[in-house]
Amino acid sequence: MKHLLSAGDLDRDEALLVLETAEKLRELADRPIKKLPTLRGRTIVNLFFEDSTRTRISFEAAAKRLSADVINFSAKGSSVEKGESLKDTALTLEAMGADAVVVRHQSSGAPHRLAHSGWIQSCVVNAGDGSHEHPTQALLDAFTMRRHLGALDGRRVAIVGDVLHSRVARSNVLLLSTLGAEVTLVAPPTLLPVGVERWTCATSYDLDAVLPKTDVVMMLRVQRERMNAAFFPSAREYSRRYGLDAARMAALPEHALVMHPGPMNRGMEISADVADSTRSVIVEQVTNGVAIRMAVLYLLLAGAGSAVDDTVPEQRRGRA
Amino acid sequence: MTPAHDPPGKAKAAVGASRAVTVQGEAARSVLDEADIARALTRIAHEILERNKGAREVVLLGIPTRGVELARRIGERISAVEGSFGGVGALDVTMYRDDLRLRPTRVLGHTEIPESGIDGKVVVLVDDVLFSGRTIRAALTALDDIGRPRAVQLAVLVDRGHRELPIRADFVGKNLPTAADERVVVSLRESDGGESVVIAKREPVGEGTS
Repeated sequence: MKHLLSAGDLDRDEALLVLETAEKLRELADRPIKKLPTLRGRTIVNLFFEDSTRTRISFEAAAKRLSADVINFSAKGSSVEKGESLKDTALTLEAMGADAVVVRHQSSGAPHRLAHSGWIQSCVVNAGDGSHEHPTQALLDAFTMRRHLGALDGRRVAIVGDVLHSRVARSNVLLLSTLGAEVTLVAPPTLLPVGVERWTCATSYDLDAVLPKTDVVMMLRVQRERMNAAFFPSAREYSRRYGLDAARMAALPEHALVMHPGPMNRGMEISADVADSTRSVIVEQVTNGVAIRMAVLYLLLAGAGSAVDDTVPEQRRGRA
Repeated sequence: MTPAHDPPGKAKAAVGASRAVTVQGEAARSVLDEADIARALTRIAHEILERNKGAREVVLLGIPTRGVELARRIGERISAVEGSFGGVGALDVTMYRDDLRLRPTRVLGHTEIPESGIDGKVVVLVDDVLFSGRTIRAALTALDDIGRPRAVQLAVLVDRGHRELPIRADFVGKNLPTAADERVVVSLRESDGGESVVIAKREPVGEGTS
């Protein structure tokens, strides 16, 4: 595999390889010198057409810790505002000799287009496209869960909230089911996507019924910028029925984790005391994100095959 | 999370498998058996103590995968003789290799530095086979990012010659003259099930350390 476009592209072995690699790279965070020479002289472009704090900084830190050169591109203040197309932007990057392009785009499928159109030769990493996918977020979520709970086989994960607009939910369902976890999506009917019954997960409208038998509860941000219809009557009503507060957290099993991909709407889907509680691993998710993104960049860029799957069977080495 | 939850990926299993098959399938020549390996490690342990006048400042760092186990065994022998000892750890050098771009992506190993660190200590790097010297060069670079040892020494179970860099070992289990197209295969109980060092005909694409 040359690109990371969807969490569904990873089979179990590949997903575990990324997670194991990240585990090794996580140790680096505790060292005084947090840098490896591995991708020296490689150029990684962060191509962000949509606002982002966490993901862009995380990819930038990951690339820099591997000694790659990083070029940050954000649509605001660039020629995109003058009407430049994705193709022309891509051709510009290609001419500059980018080895990898990390792309965040408001349109679902933009990274796929970039990877398969023949405009560029470099690796493409999807850093979130529309309401489609966000594979590195799913990887870091799985990584965080494994650090606390061990192997995910048979673990129950509830993903709660605005599933309809959430690329995080979609990628997590794909990856977590690959890793053997049982995922339940909890949301009002209006915020579940059409065709969700074909996803590899269960669905529920009742958060209180799901919580007592859950190992991980992942709260999703209510995406106001994508709320172009009346999906629920009022913010207060949503918060009452689907928000995680101290009382609901008490219904969780002792060992259960509370996660949120950020940015949080405190008081909306998650109350401040829950977000800051000891159950919450939200800040740790950010730390782990850097390790996961280092692992992805290493596996895509470091070897001759630049391929996740080439690492697996020894016999294939003959081709290199 | 402990690695025991999941297999460390097919790669390692495949390495082990191909190792066993090729060694059995060809006219492999056995060089060291279990007792020879044990004696060599005991001698190396004593040489390390002698050279450094004790082990208080000595930190052994094994290079994955087999170097880690060898370092552990040498450490055991040192602890049995000497009261104070700097400790045993592991140093993965994958990210520092100079051949990363020439081969498919490698699986990373584990790095573990003893609590007290390596600043001002004598670090003894431990590996199974010394060949081109490139692994050791990578290890020296990796050490730069971890601390500043007072001195770095090198212990290997087998020195097979064919150096490509000005690097030599301080402690050698056995000097083994080999042809460039031969492979030295070290098997240890923990990683390979048996205890031996054999010389086999080299595969078209061999392993870095052999």
